Order: sequence, then C-alpha cells, then structure tokens
Amino acid sequence: MNVIEINNLTKYYGRNKGIEDVTLSVREGEIFGFIGPNGAGKSTTIRLLLSLIYPTSGSATIFGRDCIRFGHEIRNDIGYLPSEVFYYDKMKVKDLLKYSASFFKGDHSARMKELADIMELDLNRRIDELSYGNKKKVGIVQGLLHEPRLIMLDEPTSGLDPLMQNKFFNLILEENKKGATVFFSSHILAEVQKMCNRVAIIRDGHIVKTEDIATLRKDTYKKVYVRTDKKAGDPSKYPGVSNVEIVDGEIRFLYKGDINQLLALVTKNAVLDLNIVEPDLEEVFMHYYQ
Amino acid sequence: MNIYKREMRTKLVSAAIWSASVFGIVILFMSVFSAFTQSTDMIDMIMQNYPEELLQAFGMSGVDIGSVAGYFSMCLLFVQLTLAVQSSIYGFSVLSEEERDMTADFLLTRPVTRTKVYFSKILASLTAMVITWAATWGSTFFNIEVFSGNKEYDPAIFVKMMAVIILFQLFFFSTGLVISVILKKIRGVLAYAMSLAFGMYMISSIGSIIREETLGYLTPFKYFEPNSLIIKGRYEPVMLIICCSVIVAAMVSSYILYIRRNIHAAS
Repeated sequence: MNVIEINNLTKYYGRNKGIEDVTLSVREGEIFGFIGPNGAGKSTTIRLLLSLIYPTSGSATIFGRDCIRFGHEIRNDIGYLPSEVFYYDKMKVKDLLKYSASFFKGDHSARMKELADIMELDLNRRIDELSYGNKKKVGIVQGLLHEPRLIMLDEPTSGLDPLMQNKFFNLILEENKKGATVFFSSHILAEVQKMCNRVAIIRDGHIVKTEDIATLRKDTYKKVYVRTDKKAGDPSKYPGVSNVEIVDGEIRFLYKGDINQLLALVTKNAVLDLNIVEPDLEEVFMHYYQ
Repeated sequence: MNIYKREMRTKLVSAAIWSASVFGIVILFMSVFSAFTQSTDMIDMIMQNYPEELLQAFGMSGVDIGSVAGYFSMCLLFVQLTLAVQSSIYGFSVLSEEERDMTADFLLTRPVTRTKVYFSKILASLTAMVITWAATWGSTFFNIEVFSGNKEYDPAIFVKMMAVIILFQLFFFSTGLVISVILKKIRGVLAYAMSLAFGMYMISSIGSIIREETLGYLTPFKYFEPNSLIIKGRYEPVMLIICCSVIVAAMVSSYILYIRRNIHAAS
C-alpha cells in the first residue's frame, strides 16, 4: 500500500514556480528520501502534504485520503519536524508538549518523558531560554510523542550535534521498525544514503528521478582516479566519461558503462596508480544537476 | 477547547488591563464633574469663545455639557478611542500573530481544522471584548452614581450609550481581522491598530467640521455619536444597519480568506 501518493502536484506562488507536476508515491514502511538543493521545492511539497499551503493544481493523498479534505484527520497520524522550529516563547517545554499532545487522542505523557530522556531535554525550561539545538529537540519530541504512522522530516538535522543526530536517527529507525513510514527531505546526501530505501531527486520544482538507493549507486557510476606516467590527454571524448578533473597530474572522472572498456581505456598508458570507487551520492547527484 | 484556553490565558490579562484603563478614564472625568458644574457659567463663556467647528470636532456642540449625560459624552469619546484601539489590536493580531511568530506551522500541523482554529481564536477575542464591555458598563454606572451629586439624570440614555458599545468594538475588531488576512504579513500590530482607530476618529471629526454627512457613514464614531443619541433619544437606524453589515461582511470574508490562506515557511 502507498502511504503517500502525489499526482501531478503543482504549486505556483503568484508567478513563481514552487513545484510543477510532481508525481511520486511512498510505500508503507519505507524510509523515503527526498533530496535536492535549497529552493528545489522540498519544503513546498511537504507543506502541501500538510495542507499548510494549497496546490495550484494536482492532488495528493495520505493513507489513501485526500490531504486537504481530510487533512485534520490524517494529521492525527503524522509527526512533522520542520527544518526550523518555532514555539510559543513564553511556554515551558513541558506545557508546550502537553499542549501539543492535547490535540491527539489518548494519553502520551509516558512517551513524552521517555523521548525527553533519550534526547536529554529539560522539560522545565522556558522555550525562549533554549538554544537552537535544544529547540530542535523539542521539535523531535513533539513530532514523535503521539506515535505517528507517518513521520515527515524536513531537513531535520540542522542544529543538532553529531551525537544527537545519531540518537535522532536511531529513534527514527526504531519508529520505522515499529511500522512507521518516513518521508525524509534533506540536502545532506550522507544522511539520506545512510537512512533511506528509496529516494526521489527534486530539482527546480521537478522530480528528476525516483530510484532505489542501491540501484542509484551501483548501476550508475564509478568514480575513477588514475595516475599515468605520461601526461594524459582529456578522456572526456570517450563514451561514458564525465566530470573530468585533473588534480596534480591525477585524472578523476565519473564513468558509466562497461568496466572492461574502462580498463582498456585506462591501460592505454602505463598506470602508476588506479582507484575505482563507488561515488558518493553527491557526485551522482551533481550529475543530475548539470 | 485547548486552543481557546491557551488563547484566553493571555487575553484575560489583556482584558483586565484595558478594563482598568477604561475605569481610570471614567473616574478621571467624573471625579471633577461637580467642580465642573459649579463653574458652568464660566465654562459656558469659554465654550462660546471657541469656534463652533472645534466644538463639533470634539462632539461637544448642541448638548448641555453641564448635564450628566452631556458631560459624560465627552468622557465617552475617550473611552471609545480606548476600546477602538483594543479591539483593533485584537483584530489585527489574533489570526496573524501565529504566522508572525512562526508558530502557525506548529498549530496547523496538529489534527485540527482551520475552521476550529478560526472560531477558537475569534471566540477568545470576543470573550475579552465582552469583559471590557461589561467593565465599561460597570465603570460608567458606578462613577455617575458616585460623582453626579444632586444632578438628575436619565439612566435610559446611558443604557442606550452602553448597549451599542459592543457593536462599536466589533466594528474595529472585524475590520482589523479582515485587513490582517488580506495582507500577506502584519509586522507592527500596534501601528495598524492605532491608524485604524485614530483614522476613523479623524474621519468623524473632519466630517463634523466640514459638515459633510456622507463621511459619517464611514466611521463608527459617527454611528454611535453620543450627542445625537442625547438629542434624539434613539439610534440612527441607517447607521446601525451599516455597522452591522460591515461587521457581518468582514467576519464572513475573513473566515473564507483564512480557510484558504497559504501559510508560508519561515525562511
């Protein structure tokens, strides 16, 4: 079953394009990465799903129900963590979390305590006394305390130190194991690489590609580092070669295609050093941007 | 109910402060009433020296300011200005403040409908305005009872003055409300509220000075001008209808606009 289904969703802000014709679906139980540079339309898509903003055209469903008409019911099962968190400054953390919990059915105080312990969050502080990172923790607890079936994260790790990021990712993975679907938007590829099963790449308001993270990395590109004895020519004239850089006599490029052809190409000259590695997503990703 | 409760926590304090201000204004005016009436002759003389336009601008022409009602009508102007500012502040801020403080994302991603958010917030503001309205009744009757001395007055005229004050408040509230949802962002609520309240008062004064009655149809300071109430003993039906229509139209359109509003991201 698809938890999120987006059909030709388009949003214009006046004349400015937010997103255009975005179509994608997120399956139940997966961690779905949504990557793209700043301003590509990630937040716009998420805000549309939460009906904070309304589409110019197209539609989206969550749990099989229209996300505008049934928005308030759907949101019972959504935990949302925005990239920048803002809460009522004069409230205590505890009161804010209770206020948040009061919108959801059931009693969530035990889970609230548990999450606050894990994230090392002091419940008795006032919101306006908190550092940015601590506010972020409030956001995490607030987003997870009602045990949502769908977790939407919009660039969630900014402001968290690496230790907390780790705890946070573990929390998310745990929720995922318990059955929660995760929709994870980010421009930090390492995170996505670590967490996600599938990714959609968005650029300039359009979905460029949706793929399994494994396929995206394996099938597509190799990163090649070669050092030869002679001054080598530019290899970019050969098929499958792209992103050529020459640094201190070392030639670096991305290669897509038959590995044998690559080897034949490389060994035209005497090779001093050769490295063929999996490119990180960033490089794969840069390719989609060109 | 939770949104209403949260909203009320701040609104109660605010309503108390505004109520105290109204009481302060009324007691300030009424406490010097007896001294004022003792020197009526002199004051009449002074008043005659003022140009008629000035008296009209302050709504002081045509009534005997030596009477309790006539004297109180001067005081009521300041009370009205106070209530106009309060109601405008509520109107401009109640729907816009969460967006300005960026907490709208939090609130609207809870499982609630916009309709519920709208009505909870409006209801909280109404509660605060009704509290201040009640305080205005109380302040008025308390102070005229204490300070009117041996002067006779007709309570009916005061009841009429007080009864329409809630409409006066609602006019400013709903106007502020609709402007706040038409505009993309309200930065300084106070500046908007002051402009609306004093702007309306200016229109009313200018209308009186240049004797242009049509201007009066624009401003609630004219709809409920105490002097015409004292002289005629009744409300102007046309004015009353205009006021109620403005309130209803502004409330309905602010609801529709709020429901469809795009809540933009912080950055």
